[in-house]
Amino acid sequence: MESKMSEYQTAISRRDLMRGSAMVAAGAMVVAPVDTADASEPVSKRFEALATVQVEVNGVDHQLELQPRVTLLDMLRERLQFTGTKKGCNRGECGACTVLLDGRRVNACLVLAVAANKRKVTTIEGLVDGPHLHPVQQAFIDHDAFQCGFCTSGQIMSAVGCIAEGHTGSNAEIREWMSGNICRCSAYPQVAAAVEAAAREKV
Amino acid sequence: MSNLGQPITRADGAVKVTGIARYAGDQNQPGQLHAVLVASTVPAGCVSAIDARAALAIPGVSRVLVAVDMPRVHADLDKISVPPLATRFIPMQSHNIVHEGQPVAIVLGESLEAAEAAATIVRVTYERAAFIVPETAAVVSADPKKGSYSMSNALEFNKGNALAAIAAAPVKAGAAYTQPSRHANPMEPSAIIAVWKGDRLTVYDAVQHLPAVQNVMAAVFGLPATSIRVVSPHTGGGFGAKAFVWPHEILAAMAAKVVRRPVKLVLTRQQMYGMVGPQPQMVHDVHLGAGADGKLLGVGHATTNITGVTEDYVEFGAVPGRTFYACDNITTSQRVRRGNVTLPTFMRSPWDGPGSWALGSAMDELARALDMDPLDLRLINYAETDPESGKPWSSKKLREAYEEGARRFGWRTRPKGGTRDGHWRIGYGVADCSQGQARFHSTARIRLKADGTAQIESSFCDIGTGPATIFPQIAGEVLGLDPKRVTAVAGDSDLPYSGPTYGSGTTISTGAAVQQAAQRVRAKLARLAGWPAEEITMRDGQIIHGDKSRTIREVLGEAGVAELVSDGTFDLPGGAPVDMGPPEFPARTFGVIFVEVGVDQELGLLRLRRATGVYSAGRIINPRTARSQMIGGIVWGWGMAAMEASHFEPALGRWLAKDLAGVPLPVNADIPPEIDVGFVDEFDANSGPLGAKGIGELGATGVAAAVANAVYDATGLRIRDLPITPEKILAV
Amino acid sequence: MRDFSYAQATSRADAIALAGLPDTMVLAGGTELLNWTRIGVVEPARIVDITRISGMEGVEALPNGGVRIGALTKLNDAAQHPLIRASYPVLSEAILKSASAQIRNLATVGGNPLQRVRCPYFRADEPTPCNKRVPGSGCAALHGFNEKHAIFGWTKDCVAVHPADPPVALAALDAVFITEDKNGGRRLAARKFNVLPSEDPTAHSVLRHGELIVGIEIGGPAPKSAYLKIRERESYEYATVSAAVALDLDGDVIRRARVALGSVAMQPWRLDETERRLVGQKLGSPAIEAAVAAGFVDARPLSSNTYKIKLARNAALRAIELAARA
Repeated sequence: MESKMSEYQTAISRRDLMRGSAMVAAGAMVVAPVDTADASEPVSKRFEALATVQVEVNGVDHQLELQPRVTLLDMLRERLQFTGTKKGCNRGECGACTVLLDGRRVNACLVLAVAANKRKVTTIEGLVDGPHLHPVQQAFIDHDAFQCGFCTSGQIMSAVGCIAEGHTGSNAEIREWMSGNICRCSAYPQVAAAVEAAAREKV
Repeated sequence: MSNLGQPITRADGAVKVTGIARYAGDQNQPGQLHAVLVASTVPAGCVSAIDARAALAIPGVSRVLVAVDMPRVHADLDKISVPPLATRFIPMQSHNIVHEGQPVAIVLGESLEAAEAAATIVRVTYERAAFIVPETAAVVSADPKKGSYSMSNALEFNKGNALAAIAAAPVKAGAAYTQPSRHANPMEPSAIIAVWKGDRLTVYDAVQHLPAVQNVMAAVFGLPATSIRVVSPHTGGGFGAKAFVWPHEILAAMAAKVVRRPVKLVLTRQQMYGMVGPQPQMVHDVHLGAGADGKLLGVGHATTNITGVTEDYVEFGAVPGRTFYACDNITTSQRVRRGNVTLPTFMRSPWDGPGSWALGSAMDELARALDMDPLDLRLINYAETDPESGKPWSSKKLREAYEEGARRFGWRTRPKGGTRDGHWRIGYGVADCSQGQARFHSTARIRLKADGTAQIESSFCDIGTGPATIFPQIAGEVLGLDPKRVTAVAGDSDLPYSGPTYGSGTTISTGAAVQQAAQRVRAKLARLAGWPAEEITMRDGQIIHGDKSRTIREVLGEAGVAELVSDGTFDLPGGAPVDMGPPEFPARTFGVIFVEVGVDQELGLLRLRRATGVYSAGRIINPRTARSQMIGGIVWGWGMAAMEASHFEPALGRWLAKDLAGVPLPVNADIPPEIDVGFVDEFDANSGPLGAKGIGELGATGVAAAVANAVYDATGLRIRDLPITPEKILAV
Repeated sequence: MRDFSYAQATSRADAIALAGLPDTMVLAGGTELLNWTRIGVVEPARIVDITRISGMEGVEALPNGGVRIGALTKLNDAAQHPLIRASYPVLSEAILKSASAQIRNLATVGGNPLQRVRCPYFRADEPTPCNKRVPGSGCAALHGFNEKHAIFGWTKDCVAVHPADPPVALAALDAVFITEDKNGGRRLAARKFNVLPSEDPTAHSVLRHGELIVGIEIGGPAPKSAYLKIRERESYEYATVSAAVALDLDGDVIRRARVALGSVAMQPWRLDETERRLVGQKLGSPAIEAAVAAGFVDARPLSSNTYKIKLARNAALRAIELAARA
């Protein structure tokens, strides 16, 4: 095992060296990417190291300059200060970052901000209608569907999506279609009851 | 109508459903740098070199801090005990590595993405040392000099002669029961933002006890506690993982001091495995000896848990062995195995959670050996007084809970185990729930205003248990106010000292302080009104004496006073910061959990069909939030029983799967709507003035045993090793 | 994530040209790619977003009775399309049992087969002996925690399984991936899309750099089909074992059977011998079990996953039951 590990470590350093030489410094200027094929030069200039992203969030247009690797989640939380959407795992394994993208529920940590260019995003902050809570928000309060509240934004956005998708025909269907939102305080039966109640109200 | 016992909706509902509630990582500060920790990839040894040149070349990266950059921990930290300091080993004070995942460098960037990218190319060279795999290390006695965890309870206990009694007993049962390490995995990864202004530090932190962080930070930097402010209005789940003060919190504050800018650190989900402790892997050896009539003649419960190399964390899983059942001969012991692993810590239902799994399974095996209903076996061995001390309980209505639970569940009329429902074999299981009741010294302040509203002020924090809802009910009860007219201001260490939100102790402790503060304010108001305090009542913003009544506004206005302020306190005997009940009346909460499971032995599937939990937990202040709490506990127990395990990889010396995909937690589809929760009507006059006890952890005890017992009922397979995964129930 | 530059492809030809550049990867749903870049599985210098290309989405009935699904069709949309639900329930079920609703709203049918293994040694952030991460570094799972790993087709160089569900159904349905690249394109059998470790333990699929999946074609309807997924929790989890079965029945006699197992090997595992022996058998007869058993002669357990052999056999049997009732 020891020798395997040391062979492996050597392999790692080689890879590091190769990677190091291919490093591209990204920044405020657009830099031509490292590219050895002359014939593809015009094609490779299509790639932006810094992109202008226009996203409509909760009905308001925003325009930012972002590196492509910035996720929609980090753009919302760190650039636009929409801190209602939460980062639970950053791998799409918990649903805490659920938002609506063009009306469909998705994990914001799995979307690049640049990929959301010219699209519409709805976050938890966009659900309230002036002083009125959205029916799903009210249902969550009425059914005690949260405790610590950290997964709640994601649960509610997911519930809004679930209801719009029409997956609220039964308690079992709701529980299955809401399983993409993990709750460690485990308010699951209350969440299902809230979604059921809100779905009935909207119909 | 009394406020207490009313199922009012949560006071913090609006802020939580709208995304307004702020958690540590939301409290962005002007000029902040994003910190990303570089973690050790070796389990033991030391850092021999760190090459950060490539990392620093990334635009937006400000600094890469290594050990020599960090301020030395001040000698004051020696005076802080472990716990609440999670470990005295503060990374980056030396080059030593004690476990994989330990922080070795801190990358600071203007943007999160720059810091994240840089952290992946900081080149750390290690001098590896041989590492110890804790699960297979030698079993040793805990050393009281290696942290104070081992001093929280008895390492050895002997009453009578259990070994002889068990050996001579006509009927015996018991075996080794094991459970893997499990990480709490609260939905919010630990996060902290540290801001220095001169010599004053403010931290926005994800915590379960603000003053602990305040005291630790003060000691680390050699400052008075008054120089430190901790702000934490909401914590996204604690479950013990945020109870103590972990190294990453100290590192963030140090980094902020070095670079003289606010530093925001949010641990990744991966780092939540290595940098914050799990509940440890444990082996329980339980042996029971009984007469043919079922009376326990001897109980032996010995546990061994893994710990790190820096301190001996002891998971007192043998506590149930000496507190659950009446017996004249009891022996318990607690030992540890040390290895290069993240130091374990409290997890929801420490001690009783693990112990009730092992003991509850052993009791079921005993019942089977006796051919007796397992509920009857428990009734025969009912502990009217505390078996450990012989003293009367502060309160206990477990018999009523058994009866009510059995009735609601249909226990006495249940079908025979193994009955089929299609491919499912149905099984039924029962187990005791019980959690030791912690009490904490706490204080609170109340301001009663002329407009008939009131404000509670205390430094308690919100991890989801609902204090912001319950305390206004308590204050409103005393002051005759609708709870909606009482606001709880909390989550700030500048506010009056509150005990922690763990040990299920917040309601009993801080709630009592709130009650006393309210009573003192009421007495002041009575004095101003010119009436004897014991002769007045309060209702709807009025103070009433016989047939006379005056509004609060009138009384205060006449006295020329804008508001009345009083402090309340909950003091423990001897001025102790914590105890487990009054000395004359050991305090525990009790209950019983019944489960019905389905097992598909061809496909190795285990599913929960329904559950009933009935609890003797003192006065329930808010049945709505209490029910949710118990459901959460039952689901916690389901995860423990059916799926959760954090495996330590022995060849690599680290946690195998550091994410939420490789370590399954229960999802909504796992939990049927038929979770039935009930409480026995009870007022505990001995634990505190409210008559209440704690419920945050009680629900998570006993569940794993009930599930394993139900699996046995369904299949005849006795599973003694958690979690109960497909390979264990697949029919041979 | 390491830095990369980004372009949006405007057409299929454009996508192929851009995707053919060195150190360039294709972004569709992004539900795998973003995690790969976070973990360090891949470190592309360039990413081509193909989601804005029109004409690559949708489900269309083919004149030969089959169906073609555009590669950019979202998983949820494909699964719930009336044609797929009615004619290929095994595929609909496999998709709906994958991941979570949110992920299925992003992920595409063309991207899904390109999922990489879930082996925790592969997915580790830290350096780990894994031939798919660093060729030649070895396989830590071989003698490590391999409860969830392969029982077919593994070698000492890699014991991981392909974890995705839709490809298992597609393999059972003899589906074909239609690809395009600068030389034209290929028709790749779904059941042979992944690369077994005996051929190359460092590889995942046969898709070449610069080659794009543009659609999936499935032949005639398979209404008597079903997908069974076994996992510890009820949803949002990869399979321990899964089974996709499509039956052609004549009354209660099997005229043709297609049985594919998932999460037992680096590719969906068609039980060819089982399929042969099922022909002419009556549903519910003991010959079914014998036929299934025959498909397992070359099953080989690892140190911790012997149970998977029994589990997979039972899964196949149960899926045959479910398909017959579909």
